[in-house]
Amino acid sequence: MLRYVAVRLVTLVVSLVLAAVVVFVVLRLLPGDSAGTTLGVGTTTDQLDQLRSELGTDRSALTQLGQWAGALLSGDLGTSFVSRLPVGELISSKLPITVPLSLAAFVLSVLVSVPLGVIAAVRRRGVIGVAVSAVSQLGVAVPVFWVGVLLVWVFALRLGVLPPGGFPRQGWDDPGAAVRSLVLPVVTVSIAMSSVMVRYVRSATLDVLDQDYIRTARSLGYGRWQALARHGLRNGAVPVVAILGIELATSLLGAVVIENVFALPGLGTLLLDSVNGRDLPVVQALVLAITAVVLVVNFFVDLLQRAVDPRLRLGSTLGTSGGSR
Amino acid sequence: MTDQLDAPRVPAGAEVEPVEAGTPRRASARRLRSPSFVVGAAMVSVVVLVGLVAFFWTPYTIGSRGTGERLGGPSAEFWLGTDKLGRDVLSQLMAGATNAVVVAVCSVAIAAAIGIALGILAASTTRWVDVAVLNVVDLMIAFPTLLLAMLIVTVRGASLSSVIAAIGISGAAVIARITRVNASRVLREDYVVAAAASGTGWWGTVRRHVLPNVAPTLLVQLMLLAGAAILAEASLSYLGLGPRPPYASWGRMLNEAQSTITAAPLAAILPGLLIAWTVLGLNLLGDGIRERSDPSLRGDR
Repeated sequence: MLRYVAVRLVTLVVSLVLAAVVVFVVLRLLPGDSAGTTLGVGTTTDQLDQLRSELGTDRSALTQLGQWAGALLSGDLGTSFVSRLPVGELISSKLPITVPLSLAAFVLSVLVSVPLGVIAAVRRRGVIGVAVSAVSQLGVAVPVFWVGVLLVWVFALRLGVLPPGGFPRQGWDDPGAAVRSLVLPVVTVSIAMSSVMVRYVRSATLDVLDQDYIRTARSLGYGRWQALARHGLRNGAVPVVAILGIELATSLLGAVVIENVFALPGLGTLLLDSVNGRDLPVVQALVLAITAVVLVVNFFVDLLQRAVDPRLRLGSTLGTSGGSR
Repeated sequence: MTDQLDAPRVPAGAEVEPVEAGTPRRASARRLRSPSFVVGAAMVSVVVLVGLVAFFWTPYTIGSRGTGERLGGPSAEFWLGTDKLGRDVLSQLMAGATNAVVVAVCSVAIAAAIGIALGILAASTTRWVDVAVLNVVDLMIAFPTLLLAMLIVTVRGASLSSVIAAIGISGAAVIARITRVNASRVLREDYVVAAAASGTGWWGTVRRHVLPNVAPTLLVQLMLLAGAAILAEASLSYLGLGPRPPYASWGRMLNEAQSTITAAPLAAILPGLLIAWTVLGLNLLGDGIRERSDPSLRGDR
């Protein structure tokens, strides 16, 4: 196990470095002139040159990469081209919106999809089983932002029970208003996530129900639910842990899209504004930060899977896929 | 380690047992009996047909300025009403179908071309190439499509080709991994060893044994990918990062109609319904193809 952790940790670090290089290469080496776009048309070459040297985009790519990497390691994410604020400060000022949004959506969708998925599997031919399958099939096909638009229409514009968007100026100093403004976004993101998760939970539970040890337990007189609770949960948990990890990362991305539907001033809005303004340091830092979260979550998912299923530890450190058997 | 990053993204049943080329399959009979396949194919056909028609003809031209009154309701002249610029909603929806078909076909083609080539390369060459390809592929899979698209748009600007490139490259990683897993399984089969012993070359083996065996699984994945591509394009267009006018896009229509949803709900509801319809159709089609290649899955997934 220790050896596995070590190997996996090295892969994580290598992946992070590679991700940083990819982000840098795409942003800096593909054709395009951020200085020109920042200043717009009608600027003199002198102004452009001055901005370029200020931004550092007139130096060679390798120098820029070195400088960026050095700054990253010392915790300096750079300075926004547009607002001239430190990127780290910009990002941390947005966290109080994006982090609660994605975590709440994640928790809500786990609470909804795990019980629903298990029930749908146990009663697969019953009304609940068929209904859950049909609704989740529809849920994965529906665009998440459309769900948000419809929820705003019904609950904010027609019924007037919740705000249509925005975040209170006082932020979390006005907790009631802050929570109210996050209700619809959280529900929107978790509808999309639950639809995906419920399918995985259902199929993991179905796999478990087909196993010999469940049949044996049933033949010993356990009921379906008892057998599942005693022998099935841990076995079914392995693929479910994996999908929960992926979905935790997805919740962050969902938040990025949904913030724009609800005009929430979080990371997603910052990212979109920066993309539109070609604010390279901010885009670079945000994309890398989100990718890092995804990679780190994947890392912990792998470890957690091994902790849950000792059989995975038996293979070589390179291991095989933690599939359903 | 590497195998685990994307394990959950490969749905159960994505790895089929190899079928030796030439084994009789009652594929067409089973395909007809799969309700998912029939319904999915019908749903997708409608969209493709409308997209084809709209490529040559729409009731009104797709422009930046409309010809009707603003936010008009459904009428004999404008069947589904007009949007806030007085443009015909029906014409835009039809042109949106063309856009969706183009995005799906092009990005899936890119993903298939790069992904299958990389996957077979990884499965059939030396271990070092394999490890290198797998690690790059895993990194790409962990790298969200949305973020890749945003990077590309930052550099190249919002356009149809930026969106297709981003979705195609992300999809290529998934296809490469699935091809690699299934191809290396086929390559270990006795009949492949026998083929090599009887003098069949690398390309002959790939063409006669590997490709036919991985094709059903890949086809399922490509269908799912087409659905994901349409959803991704819609998200990007909704965020204003998608194709620009004169290309119509369901995602952008939704964005434009959002502020006027109380006055003209149809213009905001219909694009979303069409996206869901198309993606649902493609997912059902994928399920249907999977059932065809592995009948034991029927009704359970």
